[in-house]
Amino acid sequence: MGMARTLIRNPSPLPGLGLSLGITIFWLSFIVLIPLSAVFIRSWGGGWDAFWAAAGTPRAIASYKLTFGAALGAAAVNALFGLLIAWVIVRYHFPGKRLFAALIDLPFALPTAVAGIALAALYADTGLIGAQLARLGLAVAYKPTGVVVALIFVGLPFVVRTVEPVLAEVSRETEEAALTLGASRWQTFARVIFPTIAPALATGFALAFARGAGEYGSVIFIAGNMPFESEIAPLLIVTQLEEYDFEGATAIAAVMLVVSFAILMVLNLLQHWQQRRSA
Amino acid sequence: MRRASHLREPAAIKALLTLVALAYVALMLLLPLGAVLSQAFADGWRGWLAAVTEPDARSAIRLTLLVAGISVPLNMIFGIAASWAISKYDFRGKSILITLIELPFSVSPVVSGLVFVLLFGAQGWFGGWLQQHDIEIIFALPGLVLATVFVTFPFVARQLIPLMTAQGRGDEEAALTLGASGWQTFWHVTLPNIRFGLLYGVLLCNARAMGEFGAVSVVSGHIRGETNTMPLHVEVLYNEYNFIAAFAVASLLALLAVVTLALKSALEWRYRAAIAARS
Amino acid sequence: MSIRIENVSKNFSAFAALNQVSLEIRDGEFAALLGPSGSGKTTLLRIIAGLEVPESGEVWFGRKNVTEAAAASRGIGFVFQHYALFGHMTVAENIGFGLTVMPRASRPSKKDILLRTNELLDLVQLPGIGGRYPSELSGGQRQRVALARALARRPRILLLDEPFGALDAKVRRELRGALRTIHDELGLTSIFVTHDHEEAFTLADRVAILNHGQVEQFEKPKRIMQDPASDFVRSFLA
Repeated sequence: MGMARTLIRNPSPLPGLGLSLGITIFWLSFIVLIPLSAVFIRSWGGGWDAFWAAAGTPRAIASYKLTFGAALGAAAVNALFGLLIAWVIVRYHFPGKRLFAALIDLPFALPTAVAGIALAALYADTGLIGAQLARLGLAVAYKPTGVVVALIFVGLPFVVRTVEPVLAEVSRETEEAALTLGASRWQTFARVIFPTIAPALATGFALAFARGAGEYGSVIFIAGNMPFESEIAPLLIVTQLEEYDFEGATAIAAVMLVVSFAILMVLNLLQHWQQRRSA
Repeated sequence: MRRASHLREPAAIKALLTLVALAYVALMLLLPLGAVLSQAFADGWRGWLAAVTEPDARSAIRLTLLVAGISVPLNMIFGIAASWAISKYDFRGKSILITLIELPFSVSPVVSGLVFVLLFGAQGWFGGWLQQHDIEIIFALPGLVLATVFVTFPFVARQLIPLMTAQGRGDEEAALTLGASGWQTFWHVTLPNIRFGLLYGVLLCNARAMGEFGAVSVVSGHIRGETNTMPLHVEVLYNEYNFIAAFAVASLLALLAVVTLALKSALEWRYRAAIAARS
Repeated sequence: MSIRIENVSKNFSAFAALNQVSLEIRDGEFAALLGPSGSGKTTLLRIIAGLEVPESGEVWFGRKNVTEAAAASRGIGFVFQHYALFGHMTVAENIGFGLTVMPRASRPSKKDILLRTNELLDLVQLPGIGGRYPSELSGGQRQRVALARALARRPRILLLDEPFGALDAKVRRELRGALRTIHDELGLTSIFVTHDHEEAFTLADRVAILNHGQVEQFEKPKRIMQDPASDFVRSFLA
């Protein structure tokens, strides 16, 4: 671990740096870095034209529009209801609150395939919700709306869990200060509380969007999966793999990865914003 | 008793917000969970039992336990090593290392499976060599393990890094000055300090490992009775319109989710400070 | 404006925070509420501000009964122990906040708000820092900004809850002087809460000593020193 030694800032008396950092870097490279780089090396092998010929087919572009559009829509719904739920959990007391709060993490714990078939059963036109919607002339299952419904399900906890701790830390003094300065309850929310939690809300939105854009299991059962209409990009990757179209699958995967990295950068910026706000 | 109402919304608004939040969670989260159970027992107790004990289902359960049984300990060792290196020493590039460890969370599960097909599949970089030596990775257990390790990679490390950073290295230094060896220090000082945080991370890691769908779907090949984990078995049954069996197997996974949530909440209530480092 | 407190009582669960407290503060007076923690001094200040409502008793500002009035409408300025500045707003936005939340009809123009903000920054001797964020200021600077913010709507009454509690000794002394000067210049009626008797005695015209939710003595500092009204006062000052 000669290299590790030169990177150390303060030598520590604790043993095990070489071993632990060695395991970390080896395992990280073997499981994450080398496999991910394979996507870029494979998809860039033929240059930009070949890449775009595979990644930019009309069917692929239709799938990006659906995937990112549905992820945006679902993240927006989750931002609204996630804020409401976080507010209720932090501010109010009611019987069964602990159970309610624990239930919010269900989408983290419930396997996506299970969520997928459950949502499909509920929203199909014979299902409990689908039948009611059908009476109003609305179809959700096997339509793009079905994708949004599935992504709302998987994304909800991200917003609640990022907003909750920040909302809990808005000090009572700060709110009282707004009050003694003459602000109404609504002005206090809009001008003092909301701007304080806005970075966390944006972070939750970005996390829900990232999760939604990559989501597969909960979507494919309810989406209908019609090319150009209700086919998400991850499904198109799977379909092309099954047809031995490695170039197509890899190119779309590269596009998805670039979007993931962009979101990671946005999340980093949001974190700086958050830190500056907490005076 | 009269109370100042300055920091509270009017009771009507409070009740309205709480009711909307409760109704939304009931509709979006509780109903899908209920749907799984009601469909699973649509044919009664016997139908459920038959579906979860038929040979393919039993093989799927065995495979799921095996994959999780290999992947979770691997990530546990990695998670401890990574958090030890990151929390106990000062070195350059630490924040990049943390970002890279969390990277798998923002990658689509489908892409997480695809990367191993690109490396080890028949068309992959090492495909030819593996074939010559008669080693099966893709469409076999090693592929399932690799994909599962990838998607569950950050869980343990992410839980332990902030916890161990907050704990600092004072306890370990004290043990060393008292003559303990590095390993003795780890076993008798560090591990007891982090045990609840570790348990918490392992719990979440395990839930995801057993429930993973997208990533294992790409590398499994869907060979019935051989490479189908429980979530994949659910998909196969569902696509064969064998809904009751699909929901019966899904109900086992839903049970796993509920147990995970219950344990997670119990840990959060009892050992909040021992799990998460909050500033 | 004078402040009159009549037979005010307040309980928190079973514990009596204030028990039949009466107190009258004259127009233009600078009064201190002094006592150990749990004596009810902060509760009394918060009742005067409208942040708590008493179970019984009345609060009068001049000839107006404000017992039931909302904090926002009482025309007070309140300074908090931990500053309570809004972290996402600049110093100028913090100071101008009270003016910008006024009803549109009576709200000053943007230009007037800016002028008033600068005037207040001069008053607290921090000219030119309006563009900074609270996180960029020292503790003493933050409390000066909080004071300027509390004065923006020209309150006649200034209430301060342990305003120097979080500051070191040197900054405390500087701020005490500045506060007394501002009180005199603007002709305010001020009440501040403290558990530090040296601070109360050097700064206030009269000091109310509280213990177990009751006022033990309310006199000029000199009188209290010469003639402590009870054993508690004697031992508290020792």
